[in-house]
Amino acid sequence: MLGSGLLQGLAVTAKNFVGSFHDPKRFVTTQYPEEKTRLPEAYRNFPFLVSENAEDPMGTLRCVACQICEKECPPQCIYIEKSKDKKPDASGKQQIYPAVFDIDTAVCMSCQICVEVCPFDAIKMDQVFELAATDRFTGLMLDRHALAKPNSYFHQLHPTEAAEVDDRLATERKAAEEKARAAAAAKAAAAAKPPAVPPPPPAVVPLPPPVPPAA
Amino acid sequence: MSAAATTSESFLERAPLLLRDAVTGFLPEPARWLANSLLSIVAVLAVFGLLFAFLTLAERKILGRVQNRPGPNRTGWFGLLQPFADGIKMLTKEDIVPRAADQLLHFLAPVTLLALSILTFAVIPYGRHLVPVELDSAVLYFFAAGAATELAIFMAGWASHNKYALLAAMRALAQLISYELPLLLSFVPVVLATGTLSTTGIVAAQGGWKWHLIPHWIVFTPWGAAGFAIFMVSALAESNRSPFDLPEAESELIAGHLTEYSGFKYALFFMAEYFGMCALSGMAVTLFLGGWQAPLPVLEFIPSYVWFAGKLLTLLLGFIWIRATLPRLRIDQLTRLAWKFLVPLALVNLGTAAFWSLTSAWSGPLQLLRWAVALVLVAGPFLLLGRGLTAGLGPRTYRYA
Repeated sequence: MLGSGLLQGLAVTAKNFVGSFHDPKRFVTTQYPEEKTRLPEAYRNFPFLVSENAEDPMGTLRCVACQICEKECPPQCIYIEKSKDKKPDASGKQQIYPAVFDIDTAVCMSCQICVEVCPFDAIKMDQVFELAATDRFTGLMLDRHALAKPNSYFHQLHPTEAAEVDDRLATERKAAEEKARAAAAAKAAAAAKPPAVPPPPPAVVPLPPPVPPAA
Repeated sequence: MSAAATTSESFLERAPLLLRDAVTGFLPEPARWLANSLLSIVAVLAVFGLLFAFLTLAERKILGRVQNRPGPNRTGWFGLLQPFADGIKMLTKEDIVPRAADQLLHFLAPVTLLALSILTFAVIPYGRHLVPVELDSAVLYFFAAGAATELAIFMAGWASHNKYALLAAMRALAQLISYELPLLLSFVPVVLATGTLSTTGIVAAQGGWKWHLIPHWIVFTPWGAAGFAIFMVSALAESNRSPFDLPEAESELIAGHLTEYSGFKYALFFMAEYFGMCALSGMAVTLFLGGWQAPLPVLEFIPSYVWFAGKLLTLLLGFIWIRATLPRLRIDQLTRLAWKFLVPLALVNLGTAAFWSLTSAWSGPLQLLRWAVALVLVAGPFLLLGRGLTAGLGPRTYRYA
């Protein structure tokens, strides 16, 4: 009958109207400055630098200033200057560190390529979206002090990825320690026994057979 | 405001008159009449200006709730100051007039529209003693002033010197003139039944209760209910409200005849739209819902203007509810609804009303027959015409191209 659809529609809107008062689950909006939405884990916008230690972020940056991200960055928003000296990194190894590490967030396009090319898991994607600044030249240019965030923060943002990275780093560190111990043992043995034993050849990972390109 | 109140009425019923006399009582007679008239103008402007402000807020809050969000809630408690913030925003915006526009007409169009909308408030009886102007042909005056607003809309489109504005104004005219007809035809039976064009007379004719229970409101007769429904649908279209808000379809057209308007002139158009909505709702209350009459004898201690305000607000909330529900019609659907459905129904309704008044002497079992025949006369054409209206418009199937 003509008009029954109208009445059904009116019932739907009335139900939503009443429901919005007593059923908080219906409410899809959050009152932004007071409460914040929990962002999905996959959300990303600008990169940050991971440091191992929250107390000493500059001393424990994972970044070794290899400049791969600087070269790969499509809009070239990263600027790195290598340090002249070396500092022990988180695992105690002597490494170069970035004396200057700037990211211009006005230029960054949030592509995550820097994260993907970084061999040290030193740069990751952040979830900050309140980056408004009153001065576009200095306010949006983030230096290494502003960029450095501890690993625990990374765990908060992307728990799955952070756990994976930590596992990998732990195994690598363990392997490095074992290698160092083996080398030390070999050295000690060499010191004890003059005829030198050649060190074992580095483990070569066999390359996978070439895959024919997909048609 | 009308003649003096009798002292037998409650204090609240007489309060507006007492207030008026306290303000203008010291003046000599001719000046007093003038001051009284000015006072009613000020009262109408103040009351409906505030109603407009808070109606926009209520509309935004209700639309928000229907869409499961809170609506404006930042300015003042629960967003109560939002209308004033909007007003300040509109006042401080730049007022752009196109160089090619007719400067005078472009300025006059919103002013005329608003003036004509306000004129319609003059004849509505807001309470037992609250009629700004008592006219013998008040209903005629009301709809004449209301129809003249169409002129102002066309003025806006023409003066803008913009093809979109002009085409939209023509379309708006087509819509408004189409819906004038069912609007006028729907209340003709009321005028016939009550025998008067005076709004106070029509309200007085709806006084009293059957068995001290059912009020003699026109909406409680079969033809009255049908007339009320036709009137409200036409009022929706006449006041450019959703689902008939084609003249200014902000999501599809640029803004119709408002394309070249900005700042406070734009706000004036909206003010006129809301005023038109309030006036038509007030007229619907007067014609069909018993005006300021209380629904039950025991409720008469509540002053008449409160009853009027309650009925008016109910209708306005209904307008908002409908806006929250229905999508916009297309122009051909819109005119088809008017000419093929509402106009024939309104004409049939005239016959139903004639039957009803001719059989007013029937009693006993004939009373049942009278109701049955009248209900068939109302429902039959509705079902038949409705079937014709929706024929061939079955559920759509969507196919990928």
